[in-house]
Amino acid sequence: MSAYTDQDPRLHGIKTQIRVVPNFPKSGIMFQDITTLLLDPKAFKDTIDLFVERYKGKNISVVAGIEARGFIFGPPIALAIGAKFVPLRKPKKLPGKVISQEYILEYGRDCLEMHVGAVEAGERAIVVDDLIATGGTLGAAMDLLERVGAEVVECACVIELPELKGRERLNGKPLYVLVEYFDI
Amino acid sequence: MASKDSKDQDPRIAKISSAIRIIPDFPKPGIMFQDITTLLLDTKAFKDTIDLFVERYRDQNISVVAGVEARGFIFGPPIALAIGAKFVPMRKPKKLPEEYSLEYGTDKIEMHVGAVQPGERALVIDDLIATGGTLCAAIKLLERVGVNVVECACVIELPELKGREKLGGKSLFILVEGEGA
Repeated sequence: MSAYTDQDPRLHGIKTQIRVVPNFPKSGIMFQDITTLLLDPKAFKDTIDLFVERYKGKNISVVAGIEARGFIFGPPIALAIGAKFVPLRKPKKLPGKVISQEYILEYGRDCLEMHVGAVEAGERAIVVDDLIATGGTLGAAMDLLERVGAEVVECACVIELPELKGRERLNGKPLYVLVEYFDI
Repeated sequence: MASKDSKDQDPRIAKISSAIRIIPDFPKPGIMFQDITTLLLDTKAFKDTIDLFVERYRDQNISVVAGVEARGFIFGPPIALAIGAKFVPMRKPKKLPEEYSLEYGTDKIEMHVGAVQPGERALVIDDLIATGGTLCAAIKLLERVGVNVVECACVIELPELKGREKLGGKSLFILVEGEGA
């Protein structure tokens, strides 16, 4: 589901603040740079408000954010809806006991970790990242939460690259995004 | 863990301090790691942490909150949003598209060109100050482009490591103090 199709008037300001950088990190990739969005206090606030309006009052007790850009959007949402913020990190960054989830990349593998005890069985969670591309990282994040018995209610991203079909790697879990980017 | 001067102490600080978990021997033997992830699990303590910074800075005409990757990304944005400032992420090398980034020194830190304007008033935020090297690099990068760094703000200070002395005379505001080693 995309907020953009609902045409909330705030979305135009958000979409125009996202800068597209060609050929980063490598040739052929059109990088979606959200840092310019963060320079516009109103657009950044609107971004957070759109997620908060969707998730407030839904008994969500966990907002999991994926390192590092998920750390920018997740905490303000968590604070506003009264949920815990749980950082999901690359290996060896979290200092305590962790569980790890490996996932497949285009070439090779990567791994995401979560602290043991951060999330309890039965908690209702959302996963936040700035962007969903192939869905590998979000899929791993969902696996971590489900392995400890949490219920992943939805994944939430600012941007989706629909052509990469990341939505299909979410095991049927709903995905909510604010803007879609098509590489024309 | 020790907290600041108890006669000045805001009543919220004790709970913030006790919500921070110490992990011995991480990332290597002898280091007592200050883990703020447990603070983030305590919704009231996390909110209080942000509120303490917001109360200090909201009427100070701050237009830039610069947060150092990655844990500065957790505390910086909520503060920026509450005081109506921009959030500027300061990142490890190669995370920002190159033609857009400035780089400083041996403690390499990068920031987008054009993210900030000369004369803007800024805060630099991180979860913790240890030796002060990272904060020092962040300050110098901002000053190089003409920004006025008003203060550095961290949740935790490790005073034994004397990071405060590396801030080029800039003031430092912290909530709790921890043991260095």
